[in-house]
Amino acid sequence: MLSIRDLSVGVEGKTILRHLNLEVRAGEVHAVMGPNGSGKSTLAQALAGHPAYTVTGGQVTYLGRDLLAMPPEERARAGVFLAFQYPIEIAGVSNAAFLKAAINEMRAARGLQELDAMEVLELLEQKLALVEMDRSFLNRPVNEGFSGGEKKRNEILQMAVLEPTLAILDETDSGLDIDALKIVAQGVNRLRRADNAIILVTHYQRILQYVEPDHVHVLFDGRIVKSAGKELALELEGRGYDWIKDEVAA
Amino acid sequence: MSTPTKTLEALASREYKWGFVSDIEADTLPPGLNEEVIRLISAKKAEPEFMLQWRLRAYRHWSELERRAGEPKWANVTYPPIDYQKIVYYSAPKRQGEGQASLGGVDPKLLETFERLGIPLAEQKRLAGVAVDAVFDSVSVATTFKEKLAELGIIFCSFSEAVQNHPDLVQKYLGSVVPYTDNFYAALNSAVFSDGSFCYIPKGVRCPMELSTYFRINAAGSGQFERTLIVAEEGSYVSYLEGCTAPMRDENQLHAAVVELIAHEGAHIKYSTVQNWYAGDAEGRGGIFNFVTKRGKCAGRGARISWTQVETGSAITWKYPSVILQADDSVGEFYSVALTANRQQADTGTKMLHIGKNTRSTIISKGISAGRGNNTYRGLVRILPRAVNARNYTQCDSLLLGDRCGAHTFPYIEVANASSVAEHEASTSKISDEQLFYCKQRGLSGDNAVSMIINGFCKEVFKNLPMEFAVEATKLLGVSLEGSIG
Repeated sequence: MLSIRDLSVGVEGKTILRHLNLEVRAGEVHAVMGPNGSGKSTLAQALAGHPAYTVTGGQVTYLGRDLLAMPPEERARAGVFLAFQYPIEIAGVSNAAFLKAAINEMRAARGLQELDAMEVLELLEQKLALVEMDRSFLNRPVNEGFSGGEKKRNEILQMAVLEPTLAILDETDSGLDIDALKIVAQGVNRLRRADNAIILVTHYQRILQYVEPDHVHVLFDGRIVKSAGKELALELEGRGYDWIKDEVAA
Repeated sequence: MSTPTKTLEALASREYKWGFVSDIEADTLPPGLNEEVIRLISAKKAEPEFMLQWRLRAYRHWSELERRAGEPKWANVTYPPIDYQKIVYYSAPKRQGEGQASLGGVDPKLLETFERLGIPLAEQKRLAGVAVDAVFDSVSVATTFKEKLAELGIIFCSFSEAVQNHPDLVQKYLGSVVPYTDNFYAALNSAVFSDGSFCYIPKGVRCPMELSTYFRINAAGSGQFERTLIVAEEGSYVSYLEGCTAPMRDENQLHAAVVELIAHEGAHIKYSTVQNWYAGDAEGRGGIFNFVTKRGKCAGRGARISWTQVETGSAITWKYPSVILQADDSVGEFYSVALTANRQQADTGTKMLHIGKNTRSTIISKGISAGRGNNTYRGLVRILPRAVNARNYTQCDSLLLGDRCGAHTFPYIEVANASSVAEHEASTSKISDEQLFYCKQRGLSGDNAVSMIINGFCKEVFKNLPMEFAVEATKLLGVSLEGSIG
């Protein structure tokens, strides 16, 4: 589904990702872990097409298409979803209105008929249960005045509504208390299907107790330095990241 | 390409859908202004003597202002001097039959023009729930639902008809809120105004439909000087809407209107404007100079006047819909969205004059600047000594798109007693790249993202517009800012 080859990315003239390689197949969950500053968020943002991140080399193929040639909205419409580490506030725009616009732009891109307000509401109500939110959530302005946990749950709600083919979760677990973490993890698990894939970018192993990854990768200094099964996450939790650094240095 | 550059280029290519010219035979006076022109206008309208005398007094006052100091210079706008002798002060489409009573005498091209503007006047096509007075250049061409409203005692007609049929009311209220001595443009308007709308809501009547005037400038070289007078008797309610468009031309055209509202005890007048005069091109050529005086008086206890305006058009907008809170417990409200793109300039705001006890006013102003637009909020809140326990809340927010536009705020607050409270909040923000990226990541196009963010910014104002106009305003902002961010 996603094939990243030799990807190098810089921000403000500074190189962050260096010749990164990653293969993601349909039905898989990949955890990308690593110490602060290793380039985890850069990877997430570059895949989503954030204009501040400049690709300086490499290719990314997504469902046979050249992902890097697509503007961010086209990537989104093709099923790439990024759950933001710091969700953005939009004053005066209700969650429902925002999601209705997103749903209908996605549908239009796929040649489907737009949903009217009632149909959207029906869909949203189904999905709200998944993240244990009540209906009042829909009338509140996008992320404005939300607690940290609410913002993250809102990202999962959006993901549930938009049903992405490739979901990238950028530290969605950080800053969550255990209850919120469980809700988020449950939301992610419910969206796992044979025909989609998830990249979980995380600093901690904690969420991986609830979302079982097929592959765990360690990102260090802009490249993936170690890949293994889910047991790697536990090892990292026990030993920290220093031994990886030593291995890389050796 | 950087975002601001794109903004500018995209705005340059924005379309003005209402910029067409109608080929209509007109009865037009030669350009120029003198007492003779005023006598001619008055004669054309077969006005009673008191009107002519009032016009002449206004003209003499205006001439004196013009001779001594010329037009006022304090607004935060710049434009080349206006030659008042080059303006055509009267241009009216020729009638095919007699009188305005039916549409029979109206040139079909006129009906077609209004239909193209989305204002069908023919009986079978009328907008449901909205009575329309259609003003074309200097005259009102048709007023719909007049008879139906008359059953309730509501008078809704062109100003000219009001002068003929209800001279007592006109004489009583004309100039009672905005005297001709008020300012330069009010004096000019009083001298030369040619038509407009009049509406009178009798005691205790709740007007069952929206009343609306649609102003259309068509003739080249002409100015439009109309006057609206709304009187709401005790305990009545009326919601009034105003829309306007003009052809695209390279020359500037002057629109200097006066609106007077009088709300008696317990009456509520809600006045909404969606102003979409031609704004000029990307280089600032052409467009309407919209120099307007709008003021309402809460004459009776507990009266309420609400102004809501969405100003997206005009090369220059210069207006301050105001409320004189004369009576105790009266309420004044001002909700405004002003958009300036390309080289548009707006200096707009309100005045809330608290005279009565326990008077309250609310001001919500949203300024949006894009391209090289320059947007100024100017407001005065004056609480007089006897206005004990008066309250004002003011909120002024500015949104900047790009880095070559300007936003300015000049709030004046004068409180002359110790029991009153005036609050003022202000903010300036930009649409951030992060917000845009967030929206795009959810599949929204750049244009839709911008218009969604702007609509969110304007929400507090839009929610005060009648439903149909809120939709129109939303669309209008969308069109005005199309492609403003890549």
